[in-house]
Amino acid sequence: MGDIAKYLSDAGTRAALLDMLLDHVYLSLVPLVVSVVLAIVLGLLCHRFRQVNAALIGLSNVVYTIPSLALFAIIPAVIGTQVLDPLNVILALTVYTTALLVRPVAEALAAVPAHVTAAATAMGFRPLRRFFTVELPLSVPVLAAGVRVGSVSNISLVSVGALIGTGGLGTLFTDGFRQRYLAPIIIGIVLTLVLALVVDLLLVLLRNRLTPWARAGGAP
Amino acid sequence: MIEFRDVTKRFDDGTTAVNGLDLVVEAGTITVFVGPSGCGKTTSLRMVNRMIDPTSGTVLVDGADVLGVDPPTLRRGIGYVIQQAGLFPHRTVLDNVATVPLLIGWTRRKARERAAELLELVGLPAELGHRYPVQLSGGQQQRVGVARALAADPPVLLMDEPFSAVDPVVREGLQDELLRLQAELDKTIVFVTHDIDEAIRIGDKVAVMRTGGFLAQYAPPAELLTRPADDFVASFVGKDRGYRSLSFVDSSGVEVAEVPTVVEGAEVESSSDWRLVVDAEERPQGWVAPDASVVPGGSLYEVGASIRGALDAALSSPSGLGVAVRGDGRLVGVVTARQVLDVIESRRG
Repeated sequence: MGDIAKYLSDAGTRAALLDMLLDHVYLSLVPLVVSVVLAIVLGLLCHRFRQVNAALIGLSNVVYTIPSLALFAIIPAVIGTQVLDPLNVILALTVYTTALLVRPVAEALAAVPAHVTAAATAMGFRPLRRFFTVELPLSVPVLAAGVRVGSVSNISLVSVGALIGTGGLGTLFTDGFRQRYLAPIIIGIVLTLVLALVVDLLLVLLRNRLTPWARAGGAP
Repeated sequence: MIEFRDVTKRFDDGTTAVNGLDLVVEAGTITVFVGPSGCGKTTSLRMVNRMIDPTSGTVLVDGADVLGVDPPTLRRGIGYVIQQAGLFPHRTVLDNVATVPLLIGWTRRKARERAAELLELVGLPAELGHRYPVQLSGGQQQRVGVARALAADPPVLLMDEPFSAVDPVVREGLQDELLRLQAELDKTIVFVTHDIDEAIRIGDKVAVMRTGGFLAQYAPPAELLTRPADDFVASFVGKDRGYRSLSFVDSSGVEVAEVPTVVEGAEVESSSDWRLVVDAEERPQGWVAPDASVVPGGSLYEVGASIRGALDAALSSPSGLGVAVRGDGRLVGVVTARQVLDVIESRRG
């Protein structure tokens, strides 16, 4: 305990911690937002075209089995970025999270009752409007569940990025191990956990805001 | 007016759903398409708003070929009520009803005002407007479905088995409600059902269709019952059609006789006659048998209503006397089954 207090007593350390935390938020949430958009587009393709569905679901399963560290290392070779470029981590996590979200999005779209979509069509919705105002809103509960898993997984995976030198709270672990110093490691763990919990809470609030209908009670 | 001219629909798998359909749906009437599954009734309905396009032939709405109109535009001008209502689970009842007005560019405020009017029109309390569909009963959801279809005041209404998912009592209420609305709104309605009783109850004309997409008979309900075109129609129309056809004969020719009455709660003694119990407002409450025991009454019929009601009143009455009442429920008199049958016989001649 004394170690941690001593570690935190330094203003420079505290400023560095805040920087790492913000880096961590940035590195984990940008891929999350990008992959939600990507997964919606890909999920829609899966939903509309059966062949795409089989191919993409298979591909996303394979992608998810690639070890994260390997992916962080391969990406610079593939797209020609610097090894330390934070873009590598962002891209890798985008790939993971998209792979994670495609299936639930496709399944949520398929679960929209046929009579609801038929009614929308029969009332004169054009396909794009129908998708954004009927099918997508109805998929939010399932999508939100996937996004919550994705956010936790991203927040933990960003730490792995520290092994190849991209910022974030993972730096505390690498530093701590190198210096055989426990305080930064413990602080890293606590901050990562708190961040994951706060983001999850915000996601739940957002979901509730978007789906008041999902919590309406049954017929009286 | 909706016109089918030699319309055929063949699906990719080779099945013919509709086969050379020629049929005119008159403006301001309810036309029912009825038949077993696979007879092409829903396919025919869906060709009106281009949910399905015909393989050959022409569908005209008010003289214009529907293929000449872009489908979403066409559909916004045609009300559609689907099985299980098809309400949007994520929108409140009011916003569900306001859907088409919003699609055609009304302001949100005006669309919601119109939606509130429609809820009242279909007999739903205004406070249901802020609930979600899941919080409504099946019958209420169907009413919302009807309100939603009527929101932009389309001249044509397509109804695809709208009441098949609700229980029989609720269904009958919804059918009455539809007839009441139609008397007020005068829409051109095409109604699809597999239930011949529903078809006979609500249709001005009924198109009986046969598996393979053939039109077996297109006639007013009374004619289907009394003069079915062939054995298929006769068997589809079902049992008791002679009796059911009496629904379309009015009871005005049946002479109503007086009946001895006793006021409810009064002392009664045995007598050789059955006596009708009435309340203070002269509404029938049951019978007193000759041995002075009190017996529940049979069905009542309203003077001027169908002769089927008169006959049923006589047959179901413990005294053998069918009780006729006025619209307000007051006693008019009684009839016997013999009298009713005599009137039916004389109408034949």
